[in-house]
Amino acid sequence: METSELHRIASQVRRDIVRMVGSASSGHPGGSLGCADFLTMLYFETMNHDPNNFNMEGREEDIFYLSNGHISPVWYSVLARSGYFPVDELGTFRKLSTRLQGHPSTDKKLPGVRMASGSLGQGLSCAIGTAQAKKLNGDNSIVYSLHGDGELQEGQIWEAAMYAAANKVDNVIATIDYNGRQIDGDLEDVLSLGNLHQKWQAFGWEVLEMNGHNMDEMRSVLAEAKAKTGNGKPIVIVMKTEMGQGVDYMMGTHKWHGNAPSPEQVDAALAQLEETLGDY
Amino acid sequence: MTEVATFEVLGKKDTRSGFGEGLLEIAKQNKEVVGLCADLTGSLKMDAFKNAFPERFFQVGIAEANMIGLAAGMAVGGKIPYTGTFANFSTGRVYDQIRQSVAYSKKNVKICASHAGLTLGEDGATHQILEDIGMMKMLPNMTVIVPCDFNQTKQATIAIADLNGPVYLRFGRPAVPIFTQPDAHFTIGKADVLMEGNDVTIIACGHLVWKSIEAAEELRNQGISAEVINMHTIKPLDEEAILRSVAKTGCVVTAEEHMIYGGLGDSVAQVLSRNNPTPQEYVGVNDTFGESGKPDELMAKYNIDTPNVVAAAQAVLKRK
Repeated sequence: METSELHRIASQVRRDIVRMVGSASSGHPGGSLGCADFLTMLYFETMNHDPNNFNMEGREEDIFYLSNGHISPVWYSVLARSGYFPVDELGTFRKLSTRLQGHPSTDKKLPGVRMASGSLGQGLSCAIGTAQAKKLNGDNSIVYSLHGDGELQEGQIWEAAMYAAANKVDNVIATIDYNGRQIDGDLEDVLSLGNLHQKWQAFGWEVLEMNGHNMDEMRSVLAEAKAKTGNGKPIVIVMKTEMGQGVDYMMGTHKWHGNAPSPEQVDAALAQLEETLGDY
Repeated sequence: MTEVATFEVLGKKDTRSGFGEGLLEIAKQNKEVVGLCADLTGSLKMDAFKNAFPERFFQVGIAEANMIGLAAGMAVGGKIPYTGTFANFSTGRVYDQIRQSVAYSKKNVKICASHAGLTLGEDGATHQILEDIGMMKMLPNMTVIVPCDFNQTKQATIAIADLNGPVYLRFGRPAVPIFTQPDAHFTIGKADVLMEGNDVTIIACGHLVWKSIEAAEELRNQGISAEVINMHTIKPLDEEAILRSVAKTGCVVTAEEHMIYGGLGDSVAQVLSRNNPTPQEYVGVNDTFGESGKPDELMAKYNIDTPNVVAAAQAVLKRK
């Protein structure tokens, strides 16, 4: 897909995020905006998937797990814009009886979601499990996952990291949203991850890095990651992003991790984001 | 007095060996069955499965949280994962992983838990979980099964593969009498009335089923006719079996190797209070941790032995 077209989609995704969180008066806009470019790239270009025939097992399809479930708005928008469910349904986000729960769930059967997430640290294990099932099934497709950087403070992530390398689970590509911020403040102040690149390397992973707002760079790094599958090592991409990317007053701070903008703030944000595909 | 069945003891074996044999059997029948173990393959009796199906066995090391997540992910890929570790590490240690990735996500994962309760023995209270039935039965979508002997554990292990959803299967460490038939069909959610009686209903699960049979035989010598129900499925609970029996006897004893809070007894009490309030006595561990000792010594010290079931029956009869 043309880079300019991906930018157009991402701009609409950002509008969706702001409007969903604004309308619900709750949700997590910061990390959602920061991952809008990445998820647009993943769903509109990188992954081999079938939005029109969603099934739980996804055999012969690439599968994605959102481990940091609180950034559900960006995932819901990208899923809807890809065709998994009607775009109008985005307006039900976080409202009673919605399929678009505050954090992703499977019990209301929203197409595109295969695992509940929200309690952090669990999605990497799930991704690795599915990757191993795919190997048993002789299915060569890839399992992608996304994790918050703060989420890496959970111990289960490192249990999973150790396991995947030891067992040569080389059909999984995990991405870390390295925005450096979490609820209580800067990640460095809350609990430093130290040298993240070296940590993953020491755990036996192939480590790549990319700028999560540069479509061309993401395209080439994701292609490189894909090319490295099947080589005996799991792959992780440390992706630099800016929390709140695209909305000036949400950038450069951790304060919009989990706060909804007021109606006036929604308007101020939308003024900065071009409506490209039509609002829901 | 009603004619009482007598039970022939067919031998003695640990229920975990029933799990090991059942897993091997179901793996032969169903190629989607996979097994995961957290460094307790020998204790869980998973070696035979591992040797027969090495490509379907996953050694995860001492990392139970990861094991539950892996299993949930494998279930997405169409597998039927059986996870194996001690009951304590199968539940309390990984409650949130089970809650979100298995129960809420409704994944076809079988959480198989050995060394449950006091009969784990010498390792002591750190490992003797007595709260696991309660934790697991509180989770929506979860089926909770506590079979009574080697044969039934084997049959239950086979049967749960056909149930598409999360299951908690609880069994134990010591060798205990085998008294169910090897070919008896296991029906999830349907209680077995082992002995018929008119004076008192004894509802038990796991190791306490045999103790209850012993107690019923002792009660018979005292002229008391006890009905013994093996409530191997705690959830979904066979309410009909409870109500049918209680309509006849008018009083109940529940018996389990578990805390009295949150276990089988609580489930039975809820059915009775809603439908037919009935005097009930509880045989179970009373709000305390266990300790090191031999299984039989611990059962006696913590009042979950045959004489305790007899005494509870005598007590509840006086409240009719």
